[in-house]
Amino acid sequence: MNKSFKITGIVIGFSAMAFLMMNSPGCRPGTTRTAVTGDAASRVYVAPGTHDEFYNFVSGGFSGQLAIYGLPSGRLLREVPVFSVDPESGYGFSEETKPMLTTSHGFIPWDDSHHPELSMTNAVPDGRWCFINGNNTPRIALIDLGTFRTHSMIEIPHSAGNHSSPFATPNTEYVVAGTRFSVPVGSEAERDVPINTYKENFKGSVSFIKPEPETGKMSIAFQILTPPVNFDLARTGKGASDGWFFFSCYNTEKAYSLLEVNASQRDKDFIMAVNWKLAEQLAKEGKGKRAPGKHYSNWLNEHTHTVESTIYEDVLQLDYREHPGLLYFMPCPKSPHGCDVNPTGEYIVGSGKLAALLPVFSFKKIQEAIASKDFEGDFVGIPVLKYESVLHGEVKKPGLGPLHTEFDANGNAYTSFFVSSEIVKWNVEKLEVLDRVPTYYSIGHLMVPGGNSAKPWGKYVVAYNKITKDRYLPTGPELTQSAQLYSIDGDKMELLLDFPTTGEPHYAQAAPADLIKPREVKFFRIEDNHHPWVAKGEKESGIERRGRNVHIKMTTIRSHFTPDNVEGVQLGDTVYFHVTNLEQDWDVPHGFAIKGAANAELLIMPGETATLKWVPTKVGVVPFYCTDFCSALHQEMQGYLRVSPRGSSVPLKAYTVSVDAEL
Amino acid sequence: MRPISRVMIALAALALLVLLTVPIWRIDLAAPQYPEGLYLQIYADRFEGDVDKINGLNHYIGMAHIKNEMFKEFIYLPRIIMVLAALGLVAAAWGRRILLFLGLVTLSLFGLWALWRMWDWGYEYGHNLDPRAAIKIEDQAYQPPLIGHKQLLNFDAWSTPDTGGWILFGVMALLAGVYFMEIRDMRRRSRAVRET
Ligand SMILES: [Cu+2]
Repeated sequence: MNKSFKITGIVIGFSAMAFLMMNSPGCRPGTTRTAVTGDAASRVYVAPGTHDEFYNFVSGGFSGQLAIYGLPSGRLLREVPVFSVDPESGYGFSEETKPMLTTSHGFIPWDDSHHPELSMTNAVPDGRWCFINGNNTPRIALIDLGTFRTHSMIEIPHSAGNHSSPFATPNTEYVVAGTRFSVPVGSEAERDVPINTYKENFKGSVSFIKPEPETGKMSIAFQILTPPVNFDLARTGKGASDGWFFFSCYNTEKAYSLLEVNASQRDKDFIMAVNWKLAEQLAKEGKGKRAPGKHYSNWLNEHTHTVESTIYEDVLQLDYREHPGLLYFMPCPKSPHGCDVNPTGEYIVGSGKLAALLPVFSFKKIQEAIASKDFEGDFVGIPVLKYESVLHGEVKKPGLGPLHTEFDANGNAYTSFFVSSEIVKWNVEKLEVLDRVPTYYSIGHLMVPGGNSAKPWGKYVVAYNKITKDRYLPTGPELTQSAQLYSIDGDKMELLLDFPTTGEPHYAQAAPADLIKPREVKFFRIEDNHHPWVAKGEKESGIERRGRNVHIKMTTIRSHFTPDNVEGVQLGDTVYFHVTNLEQDWDVPHGFAIKGAANAELLIMPGETATLKWVPTKVGVVPFYCTDFCSALHQEMQGYLRVSPRGSSVPLKAYTVSVDAEL
Repeated sequence: MRPISRVMIALAALALLVLLTVPIWRIDLAAPQYPEGLYLQIYADRFEGDVDKINGLNHYIGMAHIKNEMFKEFIYLPRIIMVLAALGLVAAAWGRRILLFLGLVTLSLFGLWALWRMWDWGYEYGHNLDPRAAIKIEDQAYQPPLIGHKQLLNFDAWSTPDTGGWILFGVMALLAGVYFMEIRDMRRRSRAVRET
């Protein structure tokens, strides 16, 4: 009796102690719940009926798309299909959009998109376009910020792993594309070489792509061939350093296998400085050579709502060995990843992802070193500037695994540290660490609105994390990706919000909503529609047989298709539904779906024409209907198509029967 | 009449001509799913504004499509305005008080006629519904308000004078003022005659 009392007492005592320990701070590692300040909720709350202050353009990574969030709410506003097909909108499935994803390798319906870049005027985002790179099958896309549609896309020849792209010059004269992988280039015999001849036969390249200011069509102005290193990221010079471009490179060991070890041997790799104004001049003077390199440039003609492809057979190349002064290397500790230029253009921050310090280079010193030929030697014919001569200074012990740096308007920099999972704020001039905040978990890129430009808007820094773990409700082994919003208004950074993201976010950009909103396209004017199969009214609808192809000109308006009865289609035919949405109002798309469609549906915006190819597989009557709830009578928006056996005598006709005729 | 009165009448006549170029009446519609609102402006010779959108909506409840060709008024309304303006100029030139009085009466009749036409059209438009309309509501008519606010199903409708309407009211007020001054003048003069 006594004993059992004692035991019970001991058990209760232990339980109480354990309970107190678990609930008292300091006995367990803290969680972020303690890191959020009291009024965080009100600072990210966007009341119903009001809008976010910023548009946040976030790369989708392996989704191949561009996601758009509002800041500070972190709400997903839209996912713009760019490199990957999108059955929801018919992007990549409709006849009009298929050419957008066509390359010299054929139709490539996906990619890995990494770095959004807003078009710039005077080194500040102008809200007109957003570029993004396709990493895998090297391409760059241009998204129009009036329609939020992929407007043009260019393939980059002689590139493999289009990672250090697309970064724009201060007035969007060019966006650059640097290859991650060096590869053998040239004729078939020059390309079919043993991999272990990397040093002799492999080449790197950086391409300067010109978007036409009026149309957004893209072409490659020139391409500079480089030694076989891996290019990682890049930034334009601006202000003080206008006319130059900076690329971080790793694998100066020229390894071709087990890079994890073999490309991490040298104490320093390089940042490559490119005098692009000189390159532009050389190209204009005809100093380059046209080298074979088939590539596609695809462009959405907004008058026909159809993508057109231009096929280029070659590309203008500049060989750095023939043009001294074009390229310089700056030593940068251990496999630099980010290479970021501050708002004045004077300082270049190299982030060696294996380094324990952060070097900051001075553009003025770079120019002095070039003028006085203050070189420590050369690397495959390119002068290597002396590290100490071009260094503004080093941030000592900033953290572990620095990756990327963005800036505010007050002379401060924000660097992401993957290994130590934090953002570190430091002063660029004084190289002093000012503040640090943890990220949950293992941050990759980070972004300050306008933080790569000459005039950062500041206010927030967003962390795009690589690891999510326990931040959200679990969804099996595959977790959502995660971003975190911090305020940078005060001296101390403050965590305000977590928000999930689609795909895998890499880099992102943000611009004030006021810059983007006025560009909104609400619908397409039907008068401006010059699609070859447009029907500008129900009277222009109809049907036509061309051999085994049947073309149906169809219209949609709340809430019917014209025609909605089709007969005379036979097995073995291919049917093209050219659907024009006659609506001329805001927010009235119609959908088109037909049973057995092997591709997708169509989502047709007001005033637009889109085409779905459909091949019947069975005899019978097949329904089609509108997929977008367009009106109170949406569910009535439907039709029938009759499929007869091949050689049937049913005449081809398309019609609509009105209630008067049926009475 | 006093010279100043004649100048005022001439100005009023010229102001009437402005009615040929500016909207005279305006109908505004608001519903939750139309945060930007819809509007219709009535000019002397045509409709402007969201005519297509309103037609698109109204076909559910079987209202007729609004078309400029439906209204003979759009042909003779500009002519009436020009005639009225010409009459005004004649009155100003001639300077007879009786003409001013007649002008005021004519203008008032014109205004009343215009309002009646609008009401009549609104009645016809709101009541003459297609029996095959998708949405039918017992005893529901959709006659827009002649002036002021009215609830029509899910829409709030407002009917108000636009620039031209206000000019018309202004012209009428001006002429009434001139007429009042002239009458007062006449009384004063006849009193003066009696006293001497
Ligand atoms: Cu529909």
